[in-house]
Amino acid sequence: MAHLIDRRLNGKNKSAINRERFLRRFKGQIKEAVARAVKGRSITDIDTGEKVSIPVKDVSEPVFGHARGGVWESVHPGNKEYSRGDRIDRPEEGGGGSGSGKASQDGEGEDDFVFELSREEFLNFFFDDLELPNLVKTQLTATQAFKNIRAGYSTDGTPSNIDVVRSLKGALGRRIALTAGPMARLNEAREELDVLLETREEGDPEVDALRDEIKSLKTRILGIPYIDPFDLRYSNRVKVPRPHTQAVMFCVMDVSGSMDEQKKDTAKRFFILLYLFLTRAYEKIDVVFVRHHTQAAEVNEHDFFHARDTGGTVVSSALKLVHKIIAERFPTQDWNIYVAQASDGDNWDSDSVTCKEILLGDILPLTQYYAYIEITEGEPQNLWMEYEQVKAACAHFAMRKIANPADIYPVFRDLFKKAAAHA
Amino acid sequence: MGDAYQRQAQAPQKSKGPLSTGSEWTFELIDRYYGEISRIAADFELDTYPNQLEVITAEQMMDAYASVGMPVMYHHWSYGKHFLQTEKGYKRGQMGLAYEIVINSNPCIAYLMEENSITMQALVIAHAAFGHNSFFKGNYLFRTWTDASAIIDYLVFARHYIRQCEERYGIDAVEELLDSCHALMNYGVDRYKRPPKLSVAEEQARQADREAYLQSQVNELWRTLPRRQEEEEKVERKRFPSEPQENLLYFIEKFAPLLEPWQRELVRIVRKIAQYFYPQRQTQVMNEGWATFWHYTIMNRLYDEGLITDGAIMEFLHSHTNVVYQPPVSSRWYSGINPYALGFAMYSDIKRICEVPTEEDRQWFPDLAGTPWRPALEFAMKNFKDESFIAQYLSPKLIRDFRLFAVKDDDHESKLEVSAIHDEAGYRDIRRKLAEQYNLSSREPNIQVWDVQTRGDRSLTLRHTQQNRRPLANTVHEVLKHIARLWGFSVKLESCDPDGRVILTYECKMEKRHG
Repeated sequence: MAHLIDRRLNGKNKSAINRERFLRRFKGQIKEAVARAVKGRSITDIDTGEKVSIPVKDVSEPVFGHARGGVWESVHPGNKEYSRGDRIDRPEEGGGGSGSGKASQDGEGEDDFVFELSREEFLNFFFDDLELPNLVKTQLTATQAFKNIRAGYSTDGTPSNIDVVRSLKGALGRRIALTAGPMARLNEAREELDVLLETREEGDPEVDALRDEIKSLKTRILGIPYIDPFDLRYSNRVKVPRPHTQAVMFCVMDVSGSMDEQKKDTAKRFFILLYLFLTRAYEKIDVVFVRHHTQAAEVNEHDFFHARDTGGTVVSSALKLVHKIIAERFPTQDWNIYVAQASDGDNWDSDSVTCKEILLGDILPLTQYYAYIEITEGEPQNLWMEYEQVKAACAHFAMRKIANPADIYPVFRDLFKKAAAHA
Repeated sequence: MGDAYQRQAQAPQKSKGPLSTGSEWTFELIDRYYGEISRIAADFELDTYPNQLEVITAEQMMDAYASVGMPVMYHHWSYGKHFLQTEKGYKRGQMGLAYEIVINSNPCIAYLMEENSITMQALVIAHAAFGHNSFFKGNYLFRTWTDASAIIDYLVFARHYIRQCEERYGIDAVEELLDSCHALMNYGVDRYKRPPKLSVAEEQARQADREAYLQSQVNELWRTLPRRQEEEEKVERKRFPSEPQENLLYFIEKFAPLLEPWQRELVRIVRKIAQYFYPQRQTQVMNEGWATFWHYTIMNRLYDEGLITDGAIMEFLHSHTNVVYQPPVSSRWYSGINPYALGFAMYSDIKRICEVPTEEDRQWFPDLAGTPWRPALEFAMKNFKDESFIAQYLSPKLIRDFRLFAVKDDDHESKLEVSAIHDEAGYRDIRRKLAEQYNLSSREPNIQVWDVQTRGDRSLTLRHTQQNRRPLANTVHEVLKHIARLWGFSVKLESCDPDGRVILTYECKMEKRHG
């Protein structure tokens, strides 16, 4: 018989390492292609893979070969019209049959080598030398951790996994079930024998018959195995992914009258970028949207960007709300907390000082990183002044100005550049 | 009564009923098919290595595909490239995956893809596990050059060794070296010498010795102690090597002045693998033809015995016909001669010549016509490579069936010339020319090691002997760089006409090394 093996479950991605080697080798070209791709599309759909093309000459593996020229003679099938000695025009390309094997199939020139980057690979290049700062609780490598958890019992497994209690329970149950019939009869027979012995002598055929039956019933009961392979139960364990890291991202946005659609859009792009960035490092990530004018509210994403209500500006209302939400829902021992705040910097005068105090006293001690972006083309406002003091006091607080969408990515990179670069 | 009995004896036994009716496969079903197929194969006296069938997914098939079909292979970016290429084609539906890969090993490993219907699995089993398998075991080139029982072990050794090198010397250093070796892979084979068969254990045991020995040889050659002046002058400089060497990789492994021992071992690994694949490159028509012939024969037998349904045989024929289709030269799908088509037609033709020879066949194949077909086929499979197989067996009938014609393309002429067609005058010509087309040594440029400056600048000179004035492709510059990297000093390549006059010289200069 054939040796038949099911290989489907093992070694799924055998070529992954070769693929990785390929990407590694052409890192430069791929990075350029990714940069081009980013320019060409909106950030909102950045969350997919990307087609990358590399000039064929770069990926080719040269070997000695023949060029066209000289004398070639080749044999082809499907002659329709030719006779020996016919002279025919030279076809444009190929056709005449060079033996060098590389005759392009459809007469076209050499195309670029095109292939798809997966989303993961694309983002790897996209975020290439970015790194989350202050990675106290986690590492960037987004490897999945598994933990074994118990999942009932199974009927096979390794000896070390035998569950003794469960197996014996099973055995007991089986023995009870299998011995019930003979046992009942045995008791009956014993009673019958007692009754019989009151009137009959030993050696009477009926007595003997009963004694024989009792004996055989006993043997039968004894013959039922104490434990049978059938009874064995093994504890079953399954692997489940363990979210070893989780993060929450607060998006805090000023929606006062001065924040027009364009500024909101800029802020939105910044948040998307941050979100993508964080999803790469964390398996589970929550997003909390907080918008504020004079009052702050937690809203869903749609309302965050699209709701129309507006008013004056009291930034501290939002910060208080953030602090409250953290305290209520995101204990710091379980969560990595990030806050990104976007504003045009126009705040109620005396409120900016309050903001500084809330930040330094309440929020910053709880967060991994706090990024403030001021979306404005003009001069810094009073909020900026106060925040500069915060920045001086606290290393994981960062602030930058964004004048137009083109600044988003550089600012983002700057905010999240490798920790090593700071040092 | 007698009549009925006779008919029964002739007619296939339909008693068993089909093995399956649906298209789904199960392991149990594959086992039953395998049983029937191996029984039929035994009837036909196919001699095979034991089989190991492995069920894999499409993705795994692409993986296997990408690493030259081997189950274990060292890692290299080019396999990643092939994977991406295959994946792209497959996802766009431009190409079906080959439904099978089979490995010349003992046991012979054949992959069955999960997606295949049970009929396709049967086809693959017949094609790979019995067709290719018996070819690997029977054909003289494979018998001479490959050791089926040791290859997997050797690859395990190679991968392990290369991984160690990567750890020790860095991925880049290893990758560079492998790139250069790959460029010379086709020039890393011995055509005439037969390698000794070694087990892995021996291989490993010898490796250390080899390192030391090779290094000492190199040192001997490059000894820099000055000889005494007068002695030097007396001796006329002899060319080294004294005979041209065709195995470039072997020459480099042995004599490259600056390679570290581990680098020599890497060169050796690539060379060994090149050698292992060498027979496959020379027997494509024969090998595919043989496997196709047998899947066709076996599947038909299954059908005749009632073991597969009408639907199954239709499905099989559909796929078989695709495989052996030969588009004519005028078709836009034409890309040369389809080895499956030609090989299948040739074996079928040999069988025909044996069984129902025509007058023409008797003239052309007097030793074949009317003899039992099975031994004739066996002999043809065992003792030839594509080139000689075609030279020996391509019949006038097949030349007509394929409507073969030869075209001469001389760049001194303004037009192409039809130099032979499928007529009385052309048969022998066509046969000879087609055979020549499969001659590896005329397909690839003839390049050999010619000279080494053992005293002077240590440069290496290669010689390309032109045939029919065919020039080298532009890749020559890149390849020379690779050779220079391995050699460590400047490399020259002289292109000569058949009389040995140098026509053209290419050179890759190496900067002087520091230190």
